[in-house]
Amino acid sequence: MTNTDHAILVEDLRKEYGPKHALDGLGLTVPRGTVQAVLGPNGAGKTTLVRVLATLLRPTSGRAEVAGLDVLRHPDAVRARIGLLGQHAAVDEELSGWQNLEMFGRLYHLGTRGAAARARELLDGFGLSDTGRKPVARYSGGMRRRLDLAASLITEPDILFLDEPTTGLDPRGRTEVWESVRALVGGGTTVLLTTQYLEEADQLADAITVVDHGRVAAEGTSDQLKARLGADRIDVVSRDSGDLAPAAAALGAVAGAGEVFTDPDRRLASAAVTDRMTALTETVRALGAAGIEAEDIALRRPTLDEVFLSLTGGPTGEGGTGTPTGVGTAANTSTAFGTDPDRTDPDRTDPDRMDSDRMDTRGANA
Amino acid sequence: MSAYVLTDSWTMTRRGLAHWARKPVAVLVGLVFPVMMLVMFAYFLGGGMGVADYREFLVPGMFALTMAFGLESTMIAVTQDLNKGVLDRFRSMPMAPSAVLVGRSLIDMLQSALSLLVLLAVGLAMGWRWHGGLAEVLAALGLLLLLRFGLLWAGIYLGMVAGKPEMVQAVQILVWPVAFLSNAFTSPDTMPGWMGALAEWNPMSATAQAVRELFGNPLWGGGGSWPTEHALLLAVLWPLVLLAVFFPLAVRRYRALGA
Repeated sequence: MTNTDHAILVEDLRKEYGPKHALDGLGLTVPRGTVQAVLGPNGAGKTTLVRVLATLLRPTSGRAEVAGLDVLRHPDAVRARIGLLGQHAAVDEELSGWQNLEMFGRLYHLGTRGAAARARELLDGFGLSDTGRKPVARYSGGMRRRLDLAASLITEPDILFLDEPTTGLDPRGRTEVWESVRALVGGGTTVLLTTQYLEEADQLADAITVVDHGRVAAEGTSDQLKARLGADRIDVVSRDSGDLAPAAAALGAVAGAGEVFTDPDRRLASAAVTDRMTALTETVRALGAAGIEAEDIALRRPTLDEVFLSLTGGPTGEGGTGTPTGVGTAANTSTAFGTDPDRTDPDRTDPDRMDSDRMDTRGANA
Repeated sequence: MSAYVLTDSWTMTRRGLAHWARKPVAVLVGLVFPVMMLVMFAYFLGGGMGVADYREFLVPGMFALTMAFGLESTMIAVTQDLNKGVLDRFRSMPMAPSAVLVGRSLIDMLQSALSLLVLLAVGLAMGWRWHGGLAEVLAALGLLLLLRFGLLWAGIYLGMVAGKPEMVQAVQILVWPVAFLSNAFTSPDTMPGWMGALAEWNPMSATAQAVRELFGNPLWGGGGSWPTEHALLLAVLWPLVLLAVFFPLAVRRYRALGA
């Protein structure tokens, strides 16, 4: 019981599989009652980190404390304080939701009656009370994830690990999980959330740690990370695709040193600028002088996608260089900017996945 | 923590019972399969054995064979459990870690006991009888279940080593010849010398021979060799050796899952 200010404390954590370093000296501190997002591409070490913290995996070296308890020396005490929502539903597919929760309740030693009451309560709370005897195998993805989340909350844990909680869910399922997480955080639970969705980190987390190749690439609040990339950006959407090149040239003149990205599909030119208001005025003037009609001109903060790409140097994990990801190469980086032409709110980002490989298995990521 | 071994093991056994309730047909097939084997050997092949009381000899052999085949079902169940996400939840909970394995062993023992009762009833219906007292009958059933228990932990360990259900098939192919290389169907005296010796030392043969003695069923030769003369002793020792080897191996393997 060394440091109880921190819900989670990780120092120089390493996990090696032969020559491969799943965790390569990772460090992390999560204050109590906060939501920490661990953001990174596939193979970055996110799942390995969660499995070490949840006492499922022994690290090669380093220190990991949960609720002030060393995960290697006091695994049982740690287990009594955590809840885990893994990437894959950790429930018995052959049993019903009630049977699952009641069984887990007994295994948390709530007693026969206590386990039954808690199971009923959680089923009601997660909108699963009408599932009856139906086996979990016949649940929808969203229902299964909600049951899984309910199972992680049987003893109202101090610390909850959510490993890519919305991966593979449709937008509705995603929203449902987000709402549940927000409700929990209101109750004072510390949450460590891994995700590949930038929007998810932005929406839910107090602090974000960007992880790549088993190391911390950057950390801070969403605003701090955006600020790290520096300047605000100006987006210009030309009305006519023929106007895109001159619009980009006009924008380039204003931006000076800043590189101009263009996306012909969206007739979009985008550049980082230093002096925001002056730059906006100058852009409008330059476009007018060039006789270009703009459909939209917007001044905005950089999105987390841009921050993420600049920090990790690309969306792919280790050895992922050969994989066409759709967002990874310089030529189409602009598609990851989340600057859809029909988008009006400049701070909203679509939850584009940062990689194309959804087939990642537990084994490969562990 | 270890205070919860019993309650947690019972919870895990209940989980097994709940699985049974979900797939009664599979349970039924599991019970019917040894009966089919018994009927096949008694009626298809028994007539060709040239012995009047072949069934008297065969039925106890089938009891032992059924216990040996339990190894496969344990292995399959263990590999299936290992490949399910729910194991992660069990391992991240403050439950007694051994309860997962102990629960598996209890539910499998229950299945085997049921299977044995069904087989006993079918044997009786086919004209097989025991000729000793109740104590001997109970001792015989005890020895059969003891063999099952020893093999069960071998199955748990091998299931964890195999890791994937596909790997179990390779082991299944080996279980059959090993089970048949015994005195279950015929006397090892009728086999080539070296093979007969292997068959006599087979743990399954020791149990089959011992329960035949206890039931008062014919032993069919095998006179003189050490393992047949000391079948009762071996029927106790073999399963204990299996347990002594595989129980610690299985527990250690389970604990090392996170390595």
